[in-house]
Amino acid sequence: MDFNDTPEEANFRKEVSDWLKENVKKIPEAEDTSENSSLARARAWMQIKHESGWACLHWPKEYGGRDATAMERVIYSQEESKYRLPNGFYEIGQGMAGPVMMMYATEEQKEKFLPPMANGKEIWCQLFSEPGAGSDLAGIKTKSELDGDTWTVNGQKVWTSGAHYSDYGILITRSDFSAPKHKGLTYFFLDMKSPGIEIRPIKQINGGANFNEVYFNDVKIPDSQRLGEVGEGWGVALTTLMNERLAVGDAGGVDFKEIFEFTKTQDFNGDVAVKNDAVREKLADWYCEYSGLKYTKMRRVSALSKGETPGPEASITKIVSANKMQDIANFGMDLIDSSSIVPDQSFGSALQAGLLGAPLLRIAGGTDEILRNIIAEQVLGMPQDIRPDKGVPFNEIPSGEKN
Amino acid sequence: MNFEFSDEQLIMKEEVRKLLDKENSVKRNRNILEGEESFDKDLWDSLVSMGLTAITIPEEFGGIGMGYLELCVVAEELGRAIAPVPFSSSVYLATTLILDHANKDLKESYLPRLASGEIIGTLAHTEKSTHPTPDSIETTYDGGSITGNKAVVPDGDIADFTIVSAKHDSGIGLYLVDLNSSGVSKETLETFDPSRSHSNISFDKAPAIEITKDGWGAIEKLMDQSAVLFAFEQIGGAEAAMTMAKDYAQGRFAFGRSIAQFQAIKHKIADMYIALQLAKSNCYFGAWALSNDAAELPTAAATARVSSTKAFYECSKENIQTHGGMGATWEFDCHLFYRRSRLLAANIGSQGIWKDKLITSLEKSNLPA
Ligand SMILES: Cc1cc2nc3c(=O)[nH]c(=O)nc-3n(C[C@H](O)[C@H](O)[C@H](O)COP(=O)(O)OP(=O)(O)OC[C@H]3O[C@@H](n4cnc5c(N)ncnc54)[C@H](O)[C@@H]3O)c2cc1C
Repeated sequence: MDFNDTPEEANFRKEVSDWLKENVKKIPEAEDTSENSSLARARAWMQIKHESGWACLHWPKEYGGRDATAMERVIYSQEESKYRLPNGFYEIGQGMAGPVMMMYATEEQKEKFLPPMANGKEIWCQLFSEPGAGSDLAGIKTKSELDGDTWTVNGQKVWTSGAHYSDYGILITRSDFSAPKHKGLTYFFLDMKSPGIEIRPIKQINGGANFNEVYFNDVKIPDSQRLGEVGEGWGVALTTLMNERLAVGDAGGVDFKEIFEFTKTQDFNGDVAVKNDAVREKLADWYCEYSGLKYTKMRRVSALSKGETPGPEASITKIVSANKMQDIANFGMDLIDSSSIVPDQSFGSALQAGLLGAPLLRIAGGTDEILRNIIAEQVLGMPQDIRPDKGVPFNEIPSGEKN
Repeated sequence: MNFEFSDEQLIMKEEVRKLLDKENSVKRNRNILEGEESFDKDLWDSLVSMGLTAITIPEEFGGIGMGYLELCVVAEELGRAIAPVPFSSSVYLATTLILDHANKDLKESYLPRLASGEIIGTLAHTEKSTHPTPDSIETTYDGGSITGNKAVVPDGDIADFTIVSAKHDSGIGLYLVDLNSSGVSKETLETFDPSRSHSNISFDKAPAIEITKDGWGAIEKLMDQSAVLFAFEQIGGAEAAMTMAKDYAQGRFAFGRSIAQFQAIKHKIADMYIALQLAKSNCYFGAWALSNDAAELPTAAATARVSSTKAFYECSKENIQTHGGMGATWEFDCHLFYRRSRLLAANIGSQGIWKDKLITSLEKSNLPA
């Protein structure tokens, strides 16, 4: 048992860290705190990576990737995480849409769409959730109808992250309302500038507006942009979500180290907070979670290193880290007492951001409850919930959209 | 990176598991719990003949000279099988102290017999109903003998000898006392988990051999080392309890369906799994730190200890809940795991003590990246 790289892994790590050292400094400074400015920096960074072959590591070389092994991907991200880099924006494209396009698109489409996804020129979004279908994704109602070789799409998507700055989107629709729920779905990719698409930002509880409502009014999609067979969109969606699972990581934001450092300076009841037993007890619990996740990841990396594929076990990461972040933020604000509600100190603001960001994390990409189902069913082999909608024609299933 | 036990270690684990299954260790736990015997001699002999008491002892002292990683995988299986044997006292505690601190003569005299299972050792440290501190030790060593009272000594009426913490002129030392010698009297206790025996032991000028004068440093180190091993027992027990709950739920029907289809049950078991995985991963780091005698051992040990104690408590109590009325019966095995989880949580210091140790060690160290 050790934490040492194999000689090949060590070489690769050195190559990565040397490259990062030279290139991170080429990223332009942020002009301001606006979304456009972070987007510009993210694009610039992706471009720099791409030029030297460090973008989309796991993709084939021909589409702009590196043909890297899973282990090399892990090493790259470990090294990259030592810097604060303008990442984000590309998870959906490179992490989900890209792999799905590779499986289902034509050769011509791959040549056209994958390279600009890899070099950061084009951004993609995921048009899955709807007002009536989130956890129960197969309950979507956005309607697609084929006439000749063109589809017409009508309906509404919601919570679409980044729709407003995306160039393309992956989309699931219902093409057959009389088939059972999982059988009548058809999957597409489309240009977000298509006529008939209307995007309205939704303000989030943390004040940001990264997700949107997306309306489809007679939006035309050529049949050539269908991924998978008609009526078999659910399988394509599952492949997409499997890739989402590979992408989910720790909740970024306040974690053990930040709160621990804070308790060393923050006064509480006449001494620094870290000297208080109730505080120490909390810190110990969070450290155990922090450390447990860290070494769970190491165990997973070891399995990857031996060539095993990662399974649904990784579901615990998001549940534990998002809840931990929420508790740390809440407890930290408690320590600051009544001035915690004022955003005037740097750590106080980070705590507020954590407290308002954690609820989003606990919902996005599979809620805590859905992830517990996944652990029980897919890891532990327990039976599925009772499903009164199974095998029933979709238009006979009751649905309650509470708005 | 290879943050996993080796294939040989995993094979050894499997062998121990098979043996404990074949010997019906959980049934034997119940027999000890209900009967008059203080431990299961047959099971002990089987473990000894597999060489498990000799794992960490070098060949020159009659052992097999493997390391702590092997002992960790064995501990996990003993915990899973809630084995009613004095293994932790003799191997994690007494053997480790002699290995690390005794002189060559003592090693030559004791280690071969510990390895062969001919003798059993333990540690007599606690005195009152609080966690011992250097100031709370009242037992004294003077002129070659020990006088004082030690409380809830694990396997005290089974062991042939014990190592005793006692005051000398300038601090706390550790001394070896033959439990059959004059001046030793034992009182067997009724405890929360009678599958493991405990005694109060009084020493009245009992002859003693000095092991080390820096007994407190030795005890602190031993607590860290053994915390990792106990933590492996705890995750073994936790996993057994989780598996029992899952298996029972799948076979039990209510309201026309398997109770395993109720989310209140599924999510309970998913939570057990989460607690167990976090603890297990921390145990792995503890195993690494223990086997490399790494500077991180105090942090790693406390982290493994705190999260494994939590996981075993959670899994064993919710296992009872999942069983409904059956879980409340003496006849079902759920309570054996529940009792063992409390015993293991109590034996080398409470959660409060270990959480405090954890934060203290983090205050002293630079946080690992
Ligand atoms: C920040 C953010 C970004 C997002 N980005 C995107 C995006 O880019 N593209 C996209 O398509 N979607 C996106 N989503 C949507 C997200 O995937 C859904 O919000 C999520 O899957 C939950 O669905 P819902 O909102 O419909 O809630 P519901 O499914 O209605 O859930 C409501 C509550 O019921 C519980 N529940 C539902 N079903 C079950 C069940 N079977 N068992 C137990 N409890 C259950 C849930 O856990 C939850 O607590 C985003 C969401 C957020 C918060």
